[in-house]
Amino acid sequence: MAIKKRKTTTTKRPAGRPVALLIATRKGAFILKSDAARRTWKTAGPFFLGQIVHHMVLDPRDGRTLLASTSTGHLGPTMMKSTDLGRSWKEVAKPPAFPKAPEGAQGRSVNHTFWLAPGHASEPGVWFAGTAPQGLFRSADGGNSWEPYSSINDDAQYRKWMGSEKDGTPDGPKLHSIIVDPRDRKHMLFGMSGGGVHESFDAGKSWRVIIDGMEVVEGFNFDAKDPTFHDPHCVRMCPSNPDRLYQQNHCGIYRRDGKGAWVRIGRSMPKQVGDIGFPLVLHPRDDNTAWVFPMDGTRVWPRVSPDGKPAAYMTKNGGKTWQRQDKGLPRAQGWFTVKRQAMCGDTRDPVGLYFGTTGGEVWASRNEGAQWTCIARHLPEIYAIEAAG
Amino acid sequence: MKVYIPDALCSYTGDRRTVAAHGATLAALLLDLDRQFPGIRFRMIDEQDAIRRHMRIFVNGDEARTLNLALADTDDVSIVQALSGG
Repeated sequence: MAIKKRKTTTTKRPAGRPVALLIATRKGAFILKSDAARRTWKTAGPFFLGQIVHHMVLDPRDGRTLLASTSTGHLGPTMMKSTDLGRSWKEVAKPPAFPKAPEGAQGRSVNHTFWLAPGHASEPGVWFAGTAPQGLFRSADGGNSWEPYSSINDDAQYRKWMGSEKDGTPDGPKLHSIIVDPRDRKHMLFGMSGGGVHESFDAGKSWRVIIDGMEVVEGFNFDAKDPTFHDPHCVRMCPSNPDRLYQQNHCGIYRRDGKGAWVRIGRSMPKQVGDIGFPLVLHPRDDNTAWVFPMDGTRVWPRVSPDGKPAAYMTKNGGKTWQRQDKGLPRAQGWFTVKRQAMCGDTRDPVGLYFGTTGGEVWASRNEGAQWTCIARHLPEIYAIEAAG
Repeated sequence: MKVYIPDALCSYTGDRRTVAAHGATLAALLLDLDRQFPGIRFRMIDEQDAIRRHMRIFVNGDEARTLNLALADTDDVSIVQALSGG
């Protein structure tokens, strides 16, 4: 595969600006704010103590609006909005919900909104949401009300690909990785766990499946052409080259260029580590550089760091080779689980990397993974981390 | 009629544990509650009009299993979180 440096299209953040980490946990949300050097961190929160916060995202178009998807063990799902960077919050008027089914028909109800994604820069106020059970929703009013995409949610073929509530992660099948091409608001992608990766060129009126090259679980005669059998865990579009996608899948790590097939770049990972995992982070300015955080996907899928030795793996050549990055992390008995939304990067130079564990620790690297430091511990189970600033 | 609100929903009622609402059926009562306290209904009733899995509604001490249940102005309605979890 030809690997070449591409021209950077993303603006480098000025040095010396603080970073804020938006942390969603099973028992509330927190915001970690750094100093200018990203050496010290202060924790604000908890926000919504006791509520399950699935995802908290800053609107990059205004730099002050936050949306947080929440639920509780007993109450139905909702969504909170702040327009002052978390100083005050208000519940949205109409969170994502499926239409009421006709009498006698089996309807679906949203258990929680799993994924939040701001819309295109040209459409302020537009947001997208992916839910469990799987559904795609759009808001045109800054998240206050949401409308379902019938082209997905009510389409018989998509409903078949989504499968039943058994066909997904342990806490429900999820629609995730909603991506809007920064060059073209009509070009969108999303992933379904399970159900494959899907792409639209008309703002979601119609969709096509993009699973060529993706492998399926071996040994069951599954048809690799059927989206039902594909489980993308996390799909990312390169900020510096939107024609390039990376994917962490149930069956390996992949890269896709243009309209080509997915290429399993995880084959070059060390055999004893494998290429199973959940999160995937891309460099903001270099489309050949990406990070993954492998999880044990053998036998009963422990979903912890292989052999109890946590590490990120970085490629600087589009997946041709991978470099282990474990300096500062536990050398043994480190049974980390890092969920698909719980690892991210900032836009500074060098890039800061962050991940959160289900054990409530936040780890950070100020130098693109070369050295890791624990910047918070004793938080609740971490579901998602987003870097702002 | 008098409606008892669980702690988890008191953020909608201004911390009031007991509120007054009206309706000839449980469905109508819940709509009236939502009119007074926007958003409260969806937290306990899903979009298919089913009482959420871990919520319970009692009318005069008996569990209500359908929103079509007829109500009288003298009824006491208790909305509670199910004793689930641990």
